[in-house]
Amino acid sequence: MLTTILFYLYAAVLVGSALGVILARNPVRAALFLVLAFFTSAVLWLLLEAEFLGIVLVLVYVGAVMVLFLFVIMMLDINVAELRAGLTRYAPLGALVAGLMIAEIFYVVWTRHLGVDAADWAPPLPAGYSNTKSLGAVLYTDYALPFQLAAVVLLVAIVAAISLTMRRRAGYKQQDIGRQVAARKEDRVRIVKVEPEKRT
Amino acid sequence: MIGLSHFLLLAGILFSIAVAGVFLNRKNVILLLMCIELMLLAVNFNFVAFSRWLGDLDGQVFVFFILTVAAAESAIGLAILVVLFRERKSINVENLDTMRG
Repeated sequence: MLTTILFYLYAAVLVGSALGVILARNPVRAALFLVLAFFTSAVLWLLLEAEFLGIVLVLVYVGAVMVLFLFVIMMLDINVAELRAGLTRYAPLGALVAGLMIAEIFYVVWTRHLGVDAADWAPPLPAGYSNTKSLGAVLYTDYALPFQLAAVVLLVAIVAAISLTMRRRAGYKQQDIGRQVAARKEDRVRIVKVEPEKRT
Repeated sequence: MIGLSHFLLLAGILFSIAVAGVFLNRKNVILLLMCIELMLLAVNFNFVAFSRWLGDLDGQVFVFFILTVAAAESAIGLAILVVLFRERKSINVENLDTMRG
């Protein structure tokens, strides 16, 4: 009973915040609505007893990705009015497509048999079950190679993001260590033989 | 009683809202990226729900990898956005017609 109440409460908040993301006038406000959506999803995942992923969603998404989003939004001087012009032109089409998709998904998941007992709450987990522990046991054995590939993907993302945004400003003064070390005495110092002036 | 169908329908509604957001905010690249994040969240919802009901942890491992790739994607997307803004002083999608696409 409590699960039902919590599900409907958080589902309502989630749908509301998702609508806030797409309808907010201000990009900063849209980003904050997205933060709310992620928090609410984390709570719903906790309800599904996927504790590790719920915490990871808060830590990674709210803690890293959304902060990055907010940084970029506040760093760029965006002309919101220009971007919002003609907003309502495609609104009916968008609403139509979204409504059709919701109707189709409703038709599929509500009236069809999904192969599991879909109308009831999931079978209870055994006592003393630890989601994080069992996920780690799978991740470091069966999925050890994909796990390392995920690390490579993140490394590539770091390199790509830094190399894309790094720039050389004109007139920027910087030491070139290589040229400093490679400098030789012969290139810099010239010994001039000065003939003494004759005394007159 | 809440069943698997409820979670799947919730994920479907979330995904449809994100699709509608792509239609609405088609000029603002930042909001398009946010809508993509919402879509990925909806898909992750399906994975977590099925993983719970089928008693199979592989779905949650998959969500883990999707989160990784999505974080990388948004980092690179925002980097491209910053470079784009530096070049054009605008993030309007309609200005991005250099390649005549």
